[in-house]
Amino acid sequence: MSFNMVVLVKQVPDTSNIVEDAMKPDGTVNRDALPAIINPEDLCALEEAIKIKENSGGTITVISMGPPKAEDALRYCLCMGADKAILLSDRKFAASDTLATSYTLAKAIEKLPCFDIIFCGRQAIDGDTAQVGPQVAEKLNINQLTYVFNIAQLTKEYIVVKRDIGDGYEVCKSPLPVLLTISSKANTPRPPSVKRAMAYKNLKAQKGDNGLILLWDHNSIGADPNRCGLKGSKTRVKKVENVVLKTFDKKDIQPTLDCISGLLKELMEDHIIG
Amino acid sequence: MEKNIMVFLEYKKGKLQDVSKELLSKARTLAKKLGSKVLGLAVGYNLKNLPELGEYGADKIIYVSNKELSLYRSLPFAKVVISAILHYKPYIVLFGATHVGRDLAPRVASNLQLGLTADCTELKIGDYRAGKILYKDQLLQIRPAWGGNIIATIVSPESIPSMATVREGVIAIDEITPGKKADVEEFCVEFSKQELLTEIIEQSIEEKDVDLKGAKIVIGAGMGAADDHIMELIFNLAKLLKAEVGGSRPIIDAGYLSPHRQIGQTGVTIRPNLYIAMGISGQIQHLVGIMNSKRIIAINKDPEAPIFEVAHYRIVGDLKDVLPMMIKAYKGILKKS
Ligand SMILES: Cc1cc2nc3c(=O)[nH]c(=O)nc-3n(C[C@H](O)[C@H](O)[C@H](O)COP(=O)(O)OP(=O)(O)OC[C@H]3O[C@@H](n4cnc5c(N)ncnc54)[C@H](O)[C@@H]3O)c2cc1C
Repeated sequence: MSFNMVVLVKQVPDTSNIVEDAMKPDGTVNRDALPAIINPEDLCALEEAIKIKENSGGTITVISMGPPKAEDALRYCLCMGADKAILLSDRKFAASDTLATSYTLAKAIEKLPCFDIIFCGRQAIDGDTAQVGPQVAEKLNINQLTYVFNIAQLTKEYIVVKRDIGDGYEVCKSPLPVLLTISSKANTPRPPSVKRAMAYKNLKAQKGDNGLILLWDHNSIGADPNRCGLKGSKTRVKKVENVVLKTFDKKDIQPTLDCISGLLKELMEDHIIG
Repeated sequence: MEKNIMVFLEYKKGKLQDVSKELLSKARTLAKKLGSKVLGLAVGYNLKNLPELGEYGADKIIYVSNKELSLYRSLPFAKVVISAILHYKPYIVLFGATHVGRDLAPRVASNLQLGLTADCTELKIGDYRAGKILYKDQLLQIRPAWGGNIIATIVSPESIPSMATVREGVIAIDEITPGKKADVEEFCVEFSKQELLTEIIEQSIEEKDVDLKGAKIVIGAGMGAADDHIMELIFNLAKLLKAEVGGSRPIIDAGYLSPHRQIGQTGVTIRPNLYIAMGISGQIQHLVGIMNSKRIIAINKDPEAPIFEVAHYRIVGDLKDVLPMMIKAYKGILKKS
């Protein structure tokens, strides 16, 4: 038993580290101003695929759409245990919303000889939309299971998973092929192997069909440029604002029994507490 | 063309979810601006009390009933929503940003090649100008972005309907019109085997141990309260005040409180009369969940803590000292009255 697996990963700016010049005046993001990391839940998705490969055998192809420097993310995935990587990089892909992104990713997946399971992270920390996974599944016309935190059973015909449903979880079964989105609850991704890290140190993405990191553009995947990037995106950013939350009517209360009693009495008189 | 607003109504075990009521209420406000109608899309099996949804703002309920729709599954539900959109041609479609809504809406958007904005916290109607073109009556989809550090307004002028998922609890149900009934129209959708691939073997629903959304008084515990003794004092005070206890994300991650109790961008949005922030620094992701509170008391030992920017009452001090004082003071007041 062995499985052909695809993992979709995204290089994201580390949003826990926002700096002043991260936003451009037109509302788009100055990605270069922020350190780039691999979206954390995408690593959980890759970890699930690697576990399957270890237990049942198979191959893992990692695909990422992004700027040339996203090759760093793919190299990291190879060091973790992926077999092959594809970088979808093209100016025509720039400023894609989730619809255009899913179109591009689906076109690339269709180029692969076959697949049984597609893994995505539950959501990306820069957008938090959780949309690309289901949209890719729809484009490929396959089933989707989102919010998966455990793969309970896997055979050549079907998969059984546990998935979050908000106020609990469900166990469900689907035939293959299927797309899964994996949440951080599923596992702790392993660190990259030191041996591979040494071996792949100078690995670069290259055009064509040979190499460990393939570099593909819109022609390689036969994508319609009108459905990629900004052109293929249906959403527009009208404006962005920095969030400033402030209350104007403020009182300082000294940390003494009398002052706190006074405050509580005031709140009782106003029927706030009672 | 009539600019009707369709709301996907989410049912769990036959019960309409709060977020759907919130959306109906919002849709009514938006429909008033557009001079249009609110269509509720009820998808399930043997659903009850549909005409009564008129009270929340629905003019018409489109009811799709089928045994295969008893539990949520991506493919049959997506087919229903896609068919309903093609048939009723709404101008706007809204979903709750729940596990169901966030699984369903993108599948629909992909199929119909529509824009979709996730996790909106506010919706408005307004104009959008792109160069020389003015698009009137656009759905302004307002959402936090970048981990909550900015608020973005998104439009999708060239794709109709505009679609958005909206966070639970961010919209207040403004008015209920008692006795108003919605028309109910049945709409039939058939499924093929290829759309019934998922088999649900088992569902396990945890009863929520707390309802923060509806609470009048909420005490929020932050990392400054990460101490068994302080937590005990907080629960004592909560009992006295008849308050619910919630917390910041890290105090929940640290295991002091259950995940249902998380307040903020990735937790619940609360709207109590009083919120008491205890040892909470006041990062933006927490603040967005508490800004609908009528009054805020903040207790923090750091006078520079950002929580003080939004608090009505500021107490600079250590929780170890202030909490016992609050308990003592309140007991004292109760005794006298
Ligand atoms: C995408 C994203 C989503 C997030 N979603 C959420 C969310 O939904 N909800 C949320 O809360 N956070 C969320 N966060 C995390 C958020 O950014 C903050 O890290 C978090 O709110 C901080 O929690 P805190 O105030 O409890 O802890 P800290 O920031 O560590 O603050 C502790 C405070 O306690 C004070 N203190 C310490 N000891 C005492 C004492 N003895 N007496 C009095 N005061 C004391 C300190 O002065 C400090 O101000 C999110 C972050 C990201 C990136």
